[in-house]
Amino acid sequence: MEYVIIIVSAIFVNNVVLSQFLGICPFLGVSKKLSTGIGMTGAVTFVMIVATLVTWLVQKLILEPFNVTFLQTISFILIIAALVQLVEIVLKKVSPPLYQALGVFLPLITTNCAILGVAILTIQKDFNLIESVVFAAATAVGFGLALVLFAGIREQLDLADVPKGMKGTPIALVVAGLLALAFMGFANLV
Amino acid sequence: MNQWKNFSKGFFKENAVFTLLLGMCPTLGVTSSAINGLGMGLATTFVLVMANLVISLIKDFIPEKVRIPAFIVVIATFVTIVEMLMQAYTPALYESLGLFIPLIVVNCIVLGRAEAFASKNSVGASIVDGLGMGLGFAMALTMLGSVRELLGSGKLFNVSIYPEDYGMLVFVLAPGAFIALGYMIAIIDKMKKA
Repeated sequence: MEYVIIIVSAIFVNNVVLSQFLGICPFLGVSKKLSTGIGMTGAVTFVMIVATLVTWLVQKLILEPFNVTFLQTISFILIIAALVQLVEIVLKKVSPPLYQALGVFLPLITTNCAILGVAILTIQKDFNLIESVVFAAATAVGFGLALVLFAGIREQLDLADVPKGMKGTPIALVVAGLLALAFMGFANLV
Repeated sequence: MNQWKNFSKGFFKENAVFTLLLGMCPTLGVTSSAINGLGMGLATTFVLVMANLVISLIKDFIPEKVRIPAFIVVIATFVTIVEMLMQAYTPALYESLGLFIPLIVVNCIVLGRAEAFASKNSVGASIVDGLGMGLGFAMALTMLGSVRELLGSGKLFNVSIYPEDYGMLVFVLAPGAFIALGYMIAIIDKMKKA
């Protein structure tokens, strides 16, 4: 039951993009087409779960026992940057088709604040290891849901008659706002 | 004159938020009031100036291949300093900005300026560039924060302008951030063309 609450809360109620404002750059950047949106979601899901797992272990096994938690920001971002590189190298070797699909998105992920944000949030919320991984996976699903919905709307938007001054980014932001408004309907669900 | 151009480009021509669309997460996340926007903007400015200063000093000693991780370490160091200073001296602001303070590390503007400017230019020019870009970012955040606070709760910098009952609460909440920023970008685009 506890896990169900974490999952529903991370996907719908506190959606990572639409109510926490994490990962806006890829949300706006790669949402012009549905297919790139799905590719990005795959890469984010993969890195987010692995990164949360590793940063949680580092926090509990190294930073806290040695009483150096002020190094959290530095160590987490270095772990994420290294991890992204590692994932890129391993994927290239082990699964070329998957690398083909996700490759271009991987370098962008280091500066995706959702990854670092989730890593820090799991520590702040005092989750245990399993809860952290579940939370990371659910957050990634929430990110994917928002991105896919948004990309679908933007594809339709190309055909719509948008006022000249609002074309491009402004109308995309307003659409994102309306999407966030719709997601507010999930408030108080859990 | 050249330095002035270097400084002023961050405000309008190359404004990080309105033109380059960088640093969107803190822009949308913390601007529920003008004071939060200003605080976040100034914290980012400090990190930008210090990171630009250090990176332009050590740029000749960093091997080409590991420059991005090296930049990230420098940036993360200053973010940690800002975090500790804010916790000590402005606890209320520290509370309301929350998660977004450590997330200055992954703000694309900071790494972007380090890579595009500080790693190629002199110390003086890098500091001016960081200051201009940072203050331009702070200005954009303060403007967005003011609009949202005024429309949402009828206040400006916590001073009541009109009764709160007439405010549109949605502008303080998440959807209002997207909508207000969308319209502001449209207006500034129009001004730039005129």
